[in-house]
Amino acid sequence: MADKDILIVAEQRGGNIRKISYELAGIGGELAKKTGGELVAVVIGDGISAAAAQLGKYGVKKVLAADDAAFKLYSSEGYVAAAAKAVEKVQPGIVLTGASAMGRDLSARLAQRLKTGLVTDSVGLDIVNGKLQGIRPALSGKIQMVVSIPDAVPQIASVRPNVFNVPAQSGGDAPVEKLDHGVTAAGIRAKVTELRASAGAKADLTEAERIVSGGRALKEAANFKILDALADVIGATVGASRAAVDSGYAPHTMQIGQTGKVVNPTLYLGFGISGAIQHLAGMRTSKVIVAVNKDPDAPIWQIADYGIVDDLFKVVPAMTDEFKKLLAQA
Amino acid sequence: MKIAVLVKQTPDTETKPKITADKKRLEEGEIKFVMNPYDEFAVEEALKTKEKIGGDSAVTVFSLGPDRVVESIRTALAMGADTGVHVWDAALDGTDSYGTATALAAALKKSGFDVVFCGKQAIDGDFAQVNSRVAELLNVPQLNLVTKLDLSASGGKAERRVEGGEELIEFSLPAVISCEKGLNEPRYASLPGIMKAKKKPVEKWDLAALGLSAADVTPRLVVQEIRIPEQKRRGVKLTGEVTDTVPKLVKALREEAKII
Repeated sequence: MADKDILIVAEQRGGNIRKISYELAGIGGELAKKTGGELVAVVIGDGISAAAAQLGKYGVKKVLAADDAAFKLYSSEGYVAAAAKAVEKVQPGIVLTGASAMGRDLSARLAQRLKTGLVTDSVGLDIVNGKLQGIRPALSGKIQMVVSIPDAVPQIASVRPNVFNVPAQSGGDAPVEKLDHGVTAAGIRAKVTELRASAGAKADLTEAERIVSGGRALKEAANFKILDALADVIGATVGASRAAVDSGYAPHTMQIGQTGKVVNPTLYLGFGISGAIQHLAGMRTSKVIVAVNKDPDAPIWQIADYGIVDDLFKVVPAMTDEFKKLLAQA
Repeated sequence: MKIAVLVKQTPDTETKPKITADKKRLEEGEIKFVMNPYDEFAVEEALKTKEKIGGDSAVTVFSLGPDRVVESIRTALAMGADTGVHVWDAALDGTDSYGTATALAAALKKSGFDVVFCGKQAIDGDFAQVNSRVAELLNVPQLNLVTKLDLSASGGKAERRVEGGEELIEFSLPAVISCEKGLNEPRYASLPGIMKAKKKPVEKWDLAALGLSAADVTPRLVVQEIRIPEQKRRGVKLTGEVTDTVPKLVKALREEAKII
């Protein structure tokens, strides 16, 4: 029955499927088991049909490909129209997107087009009494909301990156069907003309598994390079507190917190971070939090799993060496 | 140019949440309300646009909520906006993004607009939906998370923040533009501005004035429960010589937390 089916809106960039798509396949597959339906994916892009097929290895039963030069770069109107066509074709009970920049943009407009509800930034999803139930953070993570969409269909949810597991690969490619999307370039009134990548190939903070973060105690921008060295060893992305950014030690793109980025890494190391409420709002859901701070009474200690009360300038180089040794053994 | 700004009144960032007995809402009693921080960027960009385009351009501020939100409208007027619209109706109490967007889109249609500015999300719900929903209802393009903007009377260029970089966008007006931190530096309301704001007109529109019924704003999303998340942290706090603490910590991350 179509209304038990789960449709995921996979993301691609430059022809490559992004990691969030595999996370969607994971949670989508679990929900499909509970509803007794099928897991279907739609991939929107240019020249993506071959790459899209590999979603089959992650549990997707069928892929609809909206494959067109018009989709080479993102456009809200183009991608929403294609996604709406996929919904029309599949008639799923549930639609999942990522809560990435693209996913948030697409899911909200799609939800309005379909006159339905949207659970933004889900960190938990389940089927309760036949309906999707979502858990999502609000008030900068200080509260959690348990929500559902009791009447409207389909039920849409966008999923926070790095929360749901990527399933182990098994089986082969999924069949890919061309989607008749009906989108023309003329119908797109706001279009991306260029995707400009930031310098450095590291994962974006919002999607990083490991983060090394510095506060105002770093004292100057040049000192952030000791954090870069540590980050290089453990494969982390470097972030900063608002105080460090406001003092000019780091650009705003590195800011973690209520008015910066919300991150959800497995490992967060904060150096000279005092733990202001607004900073915690951006990283409190990190799986393991490590703090290094000279002040034994700093608020960060209330949410740290591990830490060292000491001068970060002594600890960081020692830690970089120690991790190097550890990872060399492994 | 008719420049519209959507603002929301939200709890301030220091708020320690208290949840109502029915577990469905926040206790409002002790909350200090402010203009949603991201909406300040929207008001500022609206004022900058008015200054740039000139002529008979005017900025109208819209806010949906109970009577207390008029204070946030006055703040925007004090910054330099020209008129305000307060949208409220008993039937909107407890509505969701769907209902809010429906009412605001109707208000924008009634007032007329060439461009709509808003913040990227409201820091209470963190849904970030109303922007895009309003754009869909008005059948105009949307630009979310804008960090740079070059606007003329017919359209413009913008940059928006995505993972790992920026998207450069070209668009035509009318459009809905949601603002990210870094787009501008919001001005402070001056004392003369605050005094002038008291005399600027603020209209109040209910659902009837907007040509809507209660059924039009029935929420799609229902809150079952609100709770404070539990967080059990290990709290291992090491002191002593670096030659001692660092190896201990790294070992614990491998063997105990199994995280590296």
